[in-house]
Amino acid sequence: MTGKARTPRGFVERTIDGLLHAMERAVSAEAGAAGAGWIQRLDPRVKLAGLLSLVAAVALSHRADVIAALLGLGIALAIASRVPLATLLSGVWLAAVGLSGALALPAVFLTPGRTVATLPPLGWTITAQGLTSAGYLILRVAAAATFGFLLVFTTRWSHVLKALRAFRLPLVFVVVLAMTYRYILLLLEAAHDMFVARRSRTVGRLTAGERRRVVTQSAGVLLAKSLHLSGEVFLAMQARGFRGEVYLLDDFAMARADWLALVCFAAAAAAAVWVGR
Amino acid sequence: MHIPDGYLSPGTCAALYAGAAPFWWVALRRLRKTLHTRLVPRLSLFAAFSFVVMMFNIPLPGGTTGHAVGVALATIVLGPSASILAISTALVIQAFFFGDGGITALGANCFNMAVVGSLVAFLVYRAVAGRAPLESSRRVVAAGLAGYAAINASALLTALEFGIQPLLFRDASGAPLYCPYPIGIAVPAMMLGHLTIAGIAELVMTGGVVAFLQRTDAALLAATAGRGVVASSNAEFGGAAGSLRPLWITLGFLLVLTPLGLLAGGAAWGEWRTSDFADPAARDAMTAASLGHAPPAAAPGGLARLASVWTAPLSGYAPPFLRSPTVGYALSAMFGAGLVLLAVTGVAAVLRVRQRSGTAHDTESV
Repeated sequence: MTGKARTPRGFVERTIDGLLHAMERAVSAEAGAAGAGWIQRLDPRVKLAGLLSLVAAVALSHRADVIAALLGLGIALAIASRVPLATLLSGVWLAAVGLSGALALPAVFLTPGRTVATLPPLGWTITAQGLTSAGYLILRVAAAATFGFLLVFTTRWSHVLKALRAFRLPLVFVVVLAMTYRYILLLLEAAHDMFVARRSRTVGRLTAGERRRVVTQSAGVLLAKSLHLSGEVFLAMQARGFRGEVYLLDDFAMARADWLALVCFAAAAAAAVWVGR
Repeated sequence: MHIPDGYLSPGTCAALYAGAAPFWWVALRRLRKTLHTRLVPRLSLFAAFSFVVMMFNIPLPGGTTGHAVGVALATIVLGPSASILAISTALVIQAFFFGDGGITALGANCFNMAVVGSLVAFLVYRAVAGRAPLESSRRVVAAGLAGYAAINASALLTALEFGIQPLLFRDASGAPLYCPYPIGIAVPAMMLGHLTIAGIAELVMTGGVVAFLQRTDAALLAATAGRGVVASSNAEFGGAAGSLRPLWITLGFLLVLTPLGLLAGGAAWGEWRTSDFADPAARDAMTAASLGHAPPAAAPGGLARLASVWTAPLSGYAPPFLRSPTVGYALSAMFGAGLVLLAVTGVAAVLRVRQRSGTAHDTESV
């Protein structure tokens, strides 16, 4: 054993990391939803309608300062909901905003318009329109991603689905979404176990073709498992009396604080759209 | 590939939600008919599978790795209807739960990847695989090509959606409000990565899994193999069978809406006549429609040369003997739609005859 030697991280390790990350995110979202922040206490229908209306306001606004104000509102809501800003930073901004920032950078030079500066070594011109356009993109991505993150990290997934039903989404879609989420967790675990088992039985280095075969075989096995599982789930559902009809227990009740929050969300979204038109 | 919020205008997002909705509706109706009470568990499991398989890291030639969407794989195993719904469901959960793809852009992502991806994969797979046996290596090639074509068709559509944003949506200073790159930049930038890394990842994943299924359980490939190849119980799952009534109703509805075209003012962009280049009013309309870019002083040589090659019998959508342009427009629309329907019906009849003779041949050979 050479303890200090660094093993190159292969595709199996990266896949395992990705699967673990998805499972961790699901667990931390459920933990966040059980917290005692302001948004957590609201009726899920209010949260869904309110936060989605703010996402729509971000898209509809034509002014960068208004979008920046919406982002500020998102951060304030995160603090009020006791969502750790470090989680927001690592879970949302580094990924979404970092990628969009990289994508928006060339626009600073490529967008035609009034020149505000020139990059000395290359002679590339930076335009005001390019800077504004990059600003729009980054601010919109950051603000919308923050509201989306807040929805999931302050609401149990089952409550999000129930709230969707309150907005007349067809029942079959709601049930499929609920079951899909449940079985995503199961299949993530199954895929994780498969890759760990495979890695523990692999000695030496695999050729490129063998590595590809490992992945495609794993996907094929997972597909077969999914098919098998769907048959078993169907039989289990039938055993419990399932005849194609699905019922949900809609036990949400709006309190005065919920109505007030709904009015606040609607007012903030409407103001952003009006001022930013 | 997953478009985040902020890249597309609300109008584009709404249009693509509206574009995806009829496909969801038709797919759901078809699946309800074939699966009945099995619909919910089967669709959920396949959506979950699609979600998980998108996270697999695929080693590619050259030492790099990539991710596959798995849309062609879902289409080949499940059929296009189930694939549209399964991939859409996976995308909804990705957008809401994992922040992968925007909530406002969800319709666009579903349209590009789930709808167009599934349909392109289905067409390419059926065209290349033909009537080859389920265990044939030709099916592996067809599956790989279907994956490659599907992901690139989705990427091209995404790039075009990006590319039209700066043309249509700018603020008062001229700065693009959403995606800042025009088509000339968005298409090559997007396609470079998809024609190489992402396309090959999809090709490897789809072809590889189909090859694996051929060795382990070839019956899973029967759903989209064509009626004559295998008649298994899986073939009902989103395959060729199903009522076309909803599509006919949609087509009829669109035909009824045809006179709306009369309400549109001005000329369609790019549909200019050579005489328009000399007409000051037409030149003004062309400049306005081209974001302030004035047209050349005279009609381009190529346009002038080719304009006289073919004269349409219903030029300007109105037969010369009709005085009312409104009636002429409506009659032309009906005539044109009738011709298209006639051609499609003719091709379908020929294909049916060929399919019947092919089925008889297969049955004999078995």
